[in-house]
This record gives sequence, structure tokens and C-alpha cells, in this order.
Amino acid sequence: MAKVTRRSSRERPNTSIRRTSETVSGWLFCLPIIIILGLFLFVPIVMALWVSFSDWSGRGNPFFGNVHFVGLDNYKQVLVSPGLSQSDFGTAMRNNLWYTLLVIPLQTMLSLALAVMLNRKILKARGFFRTAFYFPSVTSSVAITVLWMFLFSSTGSVNAVLSWFGVKGPNWFNDPRGIIQVILGWFGVKQGPATLTQHGFLGITWWDWLAGPSIAMFAIILMAIFTTSGTFMLMFITALQAIGNDTEESAIMDGANAWQRFWKITLPQLKPTIFAVIILGVVSTWQVFDQIYTGTKGDPAKTTITPAFLSYSAAFQNQKWGQGAAISFILFVVIIVMSAVVRFVLRERTMSKRQRAYYDKMKEEARAMTKTKALPASIREHATVTDRETI
Amino acid sequence: MKQGRLAACVASIAALAMLSACGGGGFSEGNAEVNDADDLTSDASKPMTVMIWSSSDAEDNAVKDAVAAWAKKSGHKTSVVVSSDIGQQLSQGFASGSPADVFYLSPELVAGYASNGSLLAYGDLLKDKDDYYSNILQSFTYNGKLYGAPKDVSTLQLVINTDMWQEAGLTDADYPTSWDDLERVAQKLTTSDHVGLTMSGEFARIGVFMEQAGGGLVSDDGTKAIANSEGSIAGLAEVKKMLNNGSAKFADDLNAGWGGEAFGLGKAAMSIEGNWLTGSMKKDYPNINYKFVPLPEGPSGKKTLLFTNAWGIAADSPNQKDSLNLVEYLTSKDTVMSFSEAFGVMPAKKSLTDEWKQRYPDLTPFADALDYAVGVPNNKDISTVISDFNSQVGSLKDGDVKAILDKTQKNLEAIVK
Repeated sequence: MAKVTRRSSRERPNTSIRRTSETVSGWLFCLPIIIILGLFLFVPIVMALWVSFSDWSGRGNPFFGNVHFVGLDNYKQVLVSPGLSQSDFGTAMRNNLWYTLLVIPLQTMLSLALAVMLNRKILKARGFFRTAFYFPSVTSSVAITVLWMFLFSSTGSVNAVLSWFGVKGPNWFNDPRGIIQVILGWFGVKQGPATLTQHGFLGITWWDWLAGPSIAMFAIILMAIFTTSGTFMLMFITALQAIGNDTEESAIMDGANAWQRFWKITLPQLKPTIFAVIILGVVSTWQVFDQIYTGTKGDPAKTTITPAFLSYSAAFQNQKWGQGAAISFILFVVIIVMSAVVRFVLRERTMSKRQRAYYDKMKEEARAMTKTKALPASIREHATVTDRETI
Repeated sequence: MKQGRLAACVASIAALAMLSACGGGGFSEGNAEVNDADDLTSDASKPMTVMIWSSSDAEDNAVKDAVAAWAKKSGHKTSVVVSSDIGQQLSQGFASGSPADVFYLSPELVAGYASNGSLLAYGDLLKDKDDYYSNILQSFTYNGKLYGAPKDVSTLQLVINTDMWQEAGLTDADYPTSWDDLERVAQKLTTSDHVGLTMSGEFARIGVFMEQAGGGLVSDDGTKAIANSEGSIAGLAEVKKMLNNGSAKFADDLNAGWGGEAFGLGKAAMSIEGNWLTGSMKKDYPNINYKFVPLPEGPSGKKTLLFTNAWGIAADSPNQKDSLNLVEYLTSKDTVMSFSEAFGVMPAKKSLTDEWKQRYPDLTPFADALDYAVGVPNNKDISTVISDFNSQVGSLKDGDVKAILDKTQKNLEAIVK
């Protein structure tokens, strides 16, 4: 690293003449992608942002003509003013929150488990299993949604299998009951306490917030896990193969069992991948749209409406373009906040005083050893650099 | 350096914004208000687009043939686009300023598109406007202006499985004429294999009962919310009563997508459906023997719901004049009757009703209903209220009629002014 920087700083005075042409050609090389990104990404975002603050009604260009700035009206309609817009948005947020809370942990755990299993060298036909598990990820989500509608119909395969065990399966995609409320119902709790049913947030009561995903939504949750686990499995396999065997072997030498090796050796080294998988999960679960659009359209009883679908239906079906755009920007903020939360939870922990003292002592010892053994200078430098980085 | 780069960025983005803003159609906003035919645009240089959605290949082909015949007669270039999500495609067209010229227009889209000026209010230019049933025109009228020529109409009536009817020992004399009759025959027809009556759990079916009791969602002139009026409560309570005594079930609860499917699968002896049912009975359930009879009368007399679609013309169409010509051709006697033959729709014109009844004697109850049927309300934003009502009605069996209607009333009052 250090050498490279030194060389480039030495060269700088000699190349100053050529720099202008370099800049120009640099911009020229970047120009196509700047235009493409600008035209198809940046301009539409600015347009949508403006629409979310305007009364544009869906005809003609939102930047010209009879379009007015209405401040935060569209956001207020969705977030503050009591009414259908607010309660629909609240319902959509409730649905999607449960979806996220269930899909992310389950798909992360499942894909990690699959990856660990498929990474074992003793497993025969690894390639076959890898392809099989990855297959749903490369199939179109529309096709899988249709498949799911068949599997989970009231007389479908899933209920047929359940009936072998004497379980009468629900009418999955037509059942609006919340799972948590169904479970509470088994214990005789049919009506929530007044504190929960009388008060609420975003136009729906706390009792409804806590209802859990509906049975229909649960079927969609299973579908999401089924389709995305393969992709994340592939990411975990790549990470596992990058780890290498040395740490694992030394742990075996130290007498750690398989479970300990997984928790103490493998998992900590997978942390960056886990972080990536969870962030990707947050982004994709808050944007769920195609399964709803092709499958349930929000039915039964609005329990599968998601903010992304609501944004579409507000704009295209009800001509409330400002509200639709506002919902998508609220969604954007939600995703940013959730990602920040994940970052915070998975951050590098600072060491406690005791740990630090212990670590410093170890380092002292190591230094003393390097000095006495008079190792070659390059290795010594390397060792100190790694020390600094880990701190 | 840094400032220069920033300026370059801003400049290029501004340039891009202008570029993308001006692309696609130029955004000249056509005039939605017309008083006589001379105000219409008539630029015949561009080919005309007709956008439809379609229930079947038969419908596709019939419309394509009709449009092609007109094109040949008038010497225009036309193309027919069959859309799977016409709301989205129309919205895209209106936003970019280059919509389809002529398109299918459903009543729930009228208010939204009319209020943003996308639709041409050509109703007064129609030569045979008075020939249409006024209750059908109501569905395409917004703020007193007519935005579409109805292309066809359907009404709801009672459909009976004649085999089950006979098995239960019922005869032609037992066709229900009152709610009490309906309850009685539904009870008789309910066995362990099938229920007496089924329908989809939505306003488009249950609304019949609310209307028959003098209620509904919105008053006939569209200015007053009446969702929790006595009539509406009585109507919904009647449905709940039949659900609770087990003689009726929603199609969902019979594991069917809609009432017709539950009926066709033999899971119910009666259903409330429209004349579109004949098509799917012929195609999917040819072994079921059935008959249409008029719906029983409610406490305040005969009432049923009608469903209709119209031909809309875009305000931004460069050739409104020929679009109007095309619409008049498509709603002319010969075309409408050929559509009836091809895909079983009922004409919306008074002058064609008798001929249609003669051709399809089994379906006369549907045509007779045109004298007393009402459309689904088409106030702006009402579709969200109706879908909210539908989402609550699914659990009507255990639900509270008054609470459902009070909530719907509150939602309606926010939009009906």
C-alpha cells in the first residue's frame, strides 16, 4: 500500500500537462452511464418527488401546465388525516412489517443452513442440490405465484398433505384471520383488551397491529422464503469457501466440537455476508409488489396489501398520483431507517476495558517474542499493520 | 475544480430533465369541453388506436373485425390493442399526452379521468343519446356531463339449478317473489352437498338487497351518502340472516372464486349473477341445467344492479371527429347485435331491447330489469370505499351490520359532497 502511494506522489509533477486530456477522456468514458442513470434514474426520482408535493392529476407533464405545489398535503393524507387513505396505509404497513419480521430471519437462517450443508465436502451430488435450491430464485416470480395459488388452494396439495396428519388446512388465500389472533383464539381470547382496541396508530387499532400476518399473507411469506433463499445460499457458499480451512483446523486442534466451531469460528467470519444478506432482505421485503399484483391484489380483507401495491393502486387506479408518490417516498425512508437499524445492531462492538487490557497484554507478549526471535523486518511490519487494523 | 464539477453535474441534469420532459408527445393538452362538432380535432394523418380489455377470444375478434370494417369504410388506419391492465395503460397514455383514441371505459374510472380532463365529454354530440336507458347513462355521467356511449349492459338476476330445484320438490310456482320466499326456498334447497344460495361477498351482489330495501351506498342523484340508512341496514341484515341460518354462503367460503363458479361446480342451488354467466356455463360447466328467473322483490319493490361499459374518447386524441364516428359505428344496431351474437352482451339501447329479447328468450329477465336497475355509484374515489366495504363484508357472518355500514357511511361522507 505505502509503496504505491509514494510512487504516485513522486510521479505527479511530471504528468500535470497530460491531466486535462485525462479529465476530458475520463468524463467522456463516464458520459454514457451518467446519461443513462440520469435519464432513467435521477430524473424520474426528482419527478416523483415533485409529484408527491403537487396536485398533479395524471394528465400531461407534471412540471408544466396546471400543476400546483401543495406542500405536505399528500403526506398528511396518508400519515395524519383520519380516513381511508390513512387506514389503508396503516394496514399496508402492518402487513409488510409482519412480512419483513418473518421473512428476513427465516430466509437468512434457511439459506445459511443450506449453505453450510452444501459446503461439506463429504456430501455427494453437491452440484445437483445447489442447482435445485437455487432454481426458484431464477424462476419468474409470476410463475411461482401461480404455482403457489394452486398449491395453497383449499383443495390443493398443501392441504392434502396436512389432511394425512388429520389437520384440516385453512382456505389459505381466502383467510383474512391474523395468525396471532387465531392462536389467541385457541386460548379463548376473542376480543382484545380495551387499551388495545380503543387506541391505535395510522388509523388502525393496536389490536389489529398485533393481529399478525393473515393466513393468506403467511402463504406469501412462505413463498418469499422459498424463492429468495437460493440466492442468499449462493452468497453464503461463496463466503464459506473464502474462509479457508486453517482456522477451522486449528480449532479442531484446540478441541472445539462442530457446534462450537460453527458458532465461534465460522459465524463471526461470515458477519459481512450476513450483514449484506439482511440489508438485501430489508430492501426487497419492503418492496414486495409482484406477488401481490399477480396473486391476491390485496385480498382477502386487505390483509395482503403492501405499501408498494398501495402506491400503485392509489396512482393508477384512483388517480391520486401525489399520494402514490408520497407513499413510495415514505417507503424509501422506512427502508433507510431499517437499514440503519440493521447497521447499528450488527456494528463492530467496541471492546470492554477488561478485554482491552487482556488484548494489550497479548500484544506486548507477541512484540517481545518478535524482538527476541529477530524476525525479518517485512514480517514484523506486516504484523504491526494487522494489529492496528484489528483494533 | 470541485465547483466546476458540481456546475457541470447540475447543468447536465437540468438538460436531461428538459430532454425527458419534452420527449413523448409534446404535452399539448386537448380540450375536454366541446359544445358542437366543429370544436373537435380532426387530424387524420396518424393511425387511430382502439384499446380494449377482453373476456375472450370471441370478444377480441369481434371488436377487431368491427374496427377493421369501419377502417375500410372510412379509409383510416386503425389498430386494436388488447390490454390486460387497461387502467394502467390508459393512465400512461394520458400522462404522456399520447393516449389511445378510443377505448373501453368502465364506470369506476370515469370520475378520475374526467376530473383530470383526460376524457372527451362527447355525450351531447351523440345522435341517439335519448335511445339509451337513462340509468345506464348515469354510470358515465360526471358533474352533469356524459363521457361515454354505453357499449353494452348486464343486470343481476337469480339463477337456479333446475335439477336441484326439482329434487327439493319445488315447481315453477315456487319461484321466489319476496325475501320470505327466497329464505324458504333457500332453506329447502340446502343439503349436505350444497347450499341454497351463493354469491360473491361484495357490494356488486349484496348491494341488490340494500337497494331492494330502499338503501344503497349513495342516493340516486349521487349527492348523499346513505350507507347506514334503514334500508341499507335491512338489506345487509337479510344477507347476514341467510348466512347465519346456513342456507347461503359466500363463494369464498365454498372455495370458489365467484358466485358463478360455486354455482357451476354444483356447490349451490341458486346464485345471483348476470347474463355473462351463460358464457362460462356453456364453456366450463356444460352439464348443469339452469334457468334464470327475476330476483325476488324487496320491501321497497323491484330493484337490481346493472353493470356496463362504454366507449371513451381521449381529450388528447388528435382526431376526435373520426373517433366519434368510430364510436357511433361501434354502437350502431348492426355492430351491437353482432357483438351480442359473438360474446353474449346485452344492448344498452331501448330500440334494440325487443329484438334482443326475441333472439334470447331465456335471458328476458335481464332485459326486463333495465327498467328498474341502478348502476354502482361512480363518485370520485368511491372505489376505495367500495373495496373497504367488500373487505369488511367477508366476515359479515360474525360481523356487526350496523358497525360495517357506519364505517362505510363515514368513508362515503368524506368523498360525497
